Amino acid sequence: MIGLLAIDWAFIVEKLILIVSIVSISLVIAMYETYAERKVAAVMQDRRGPNRAGPFGILQPLADGLKLFMKEEIIPNTSNKFLFVLGPCMAMLTAMMTSAVIPWGGKIHFTLFGQDRWVNLQIADINIGILYIFGVVSMGVYGIMIGGWASNNKFSLMAAMRGASQVISYELPMGISLIALLMLTGSLKMSTIVAGQIDSWYYVLYQPLGFFIFLVCAFAECNRTPFDLPEAENELNFGYHQEYSSMKLGFYLFAEYINMFISSAVMVTLFWGGYDIPFISDAALAEKVGYNWLAVLEGLSMFIKVAIFIFAFMWVRWTIPRFRYDQLMNLGWKTLIPLSLINMIITALLVLLKENGWRF
Amino acid sequence: MQSLTNRARPVDRKPMTALERLYLWNIAKGMWITLKHVFKKKATISYPEQKREFSPVFRGLQILNRDEEGRERCTACGLCAVACPAEAITMEAAERQPGEEHLYREEKYAAKYEINMLRCIFCGLCEEACPKDAVYLSETFAPSNYQRKGFIYGKEDLLIPHPKEDPEAYRKALGNRATGNASQEKASSN
Repeated sequence: MIGLLAIDWAFIVEKLILIVSIVSISLVIAMYETYAERKVAAVMQDRRGPNRAGPFGILQPLADGLKLFMKEEIIPNTSNKFLFVLGPCMAMLTAMMTSAVIPWGGKIHFTLFGQDRWVNLQIADINIGILYIFGVVSMGVYGIMIGGWASNNKFSLMAAMRGASQVISYELPMGISLIALLMLTGSLKMSTIVAGQIDSWYYVLYQPLGFFIFLVCAFAECNRTPFDLPEAENELNFGYHQEYSSMKLGFYLFAEYINMFISSAVMVTLFWGGYDIPFISDAALAEKVGYNWLAVLEGLSMFIKVAIFIFAFMWVRWTIPRFRYDQLMNLGWKTLIPLSLINMIITALLVLLKENGWRF
Repeated sequence: MQSLTNRARPVDRKPMTALERLYLWNIAKGMWITLKHVFKKKATISYPEQKREFSPVFRGLQILNRDEEGRERCTACGLCAVACPAEAITMEAAERQPGEEHLYREEKYAAKYEINMLRCIFCGLCEEACPKDAVYLSETFAPSNYQRKGFIYGKEDLLIPHPKEDPEAYRKALGNRATGNASQEKASSN
């Protein structure tokens, strides 16, 4: 009994509320990303986009979801049933798990039973934040691989191989470009990385090339155009989710949009100051409006930055045609990896020089 | 041979320069183009709310006309059915009984008048063939339907609303096509 009382129950409740809200927010955002994608595609092609379901078509994602739920669910006869169901689950799970270490805002302060409480707007501030993200993101390959394998269809399998090799190849330059960043931050902890950018220069100014490589790799990791070869619905027979129907297909597509949201959030956190409000001293603002409002404003600033990135994702998708597979591999192995290595070495040299007081 | 336009250019097969091989400049150009399109005026007409003006010679659904007192003009002569190249029109004639003078203008009338809208090619030959100005093509088109039989339009679908009982609907259905004056104009021009 005493043991139960010793547990900080308020802490558990806080974290639960945070987890539920962040998961549901990312789901809602993914939903409206599909709407935004169609709208962006439409305006870039001189069309109107969905505008029938509700005012300006804002109920369109709900209608799409309902449609996917209503569709007949087909599981191929020769497929491995267990893995066939596991595939989309893995894709969704890995997409959702990454959001755990991203700081979404500053601290919220309130008094509970006469106790001052500070709540971080971050589910888990673990000291290996970036490593965790990398670990979870590379698990995303399993969603693709299992889906393609379990379908028991040679085209699905080939597409899954294609997708897996793409994702694995682009993880390398992504990781190497991050090493350069980590040499500057000196920490893998997401909150420390953001703290280093608050009221100072954003890391994108120190690492423009690193950011660019990271951006290109993020496009490839999210299977977005110009690197959407795993999907390639119009040229290469759709890809690993060819045999999927109904909400299982929906899960794959949905996971892709969540991935887009999370990778935008990661890019904002690592390179664009995270939840920092640009051009304004956050500490000074806190004295004016109080910490809770500051946290809200910071969260808002984070979401605006993320939204800009999501728009960039869509903008690129509706501009650039798809790469050919050999071009994709050439770009990954022959261009991005050497570039990121050069970037890493130069950064290492500069960091070393700075520590030596700019003397050799 | 002289080219039709002066815009033809020989294909450029020069190897790409370093800048071109980076693609970045060209990608930036492409993205600038798509961004410009965001702010362009859209050509779309949001159909049910906004309707496009039909051309003055647009040929739509047939309408069976009435005269000013609301009597049906059609005498079931069958000329429209004969003229119809798609054989879409069927009719059955009947004789007007005493006491029905307020319903039908002539002694003979169409008891059944059907146009199969799936067959109809909207050529307007029925309108030209009609000696009584009873059938003419309006400015509407056939709405969608779930079944084929829904496209066989009977008299109740084709007949114009009564000009006395429902003058508003009558004028709307009449449009600016076969007004009472138009038939006179047609007669005078002949």
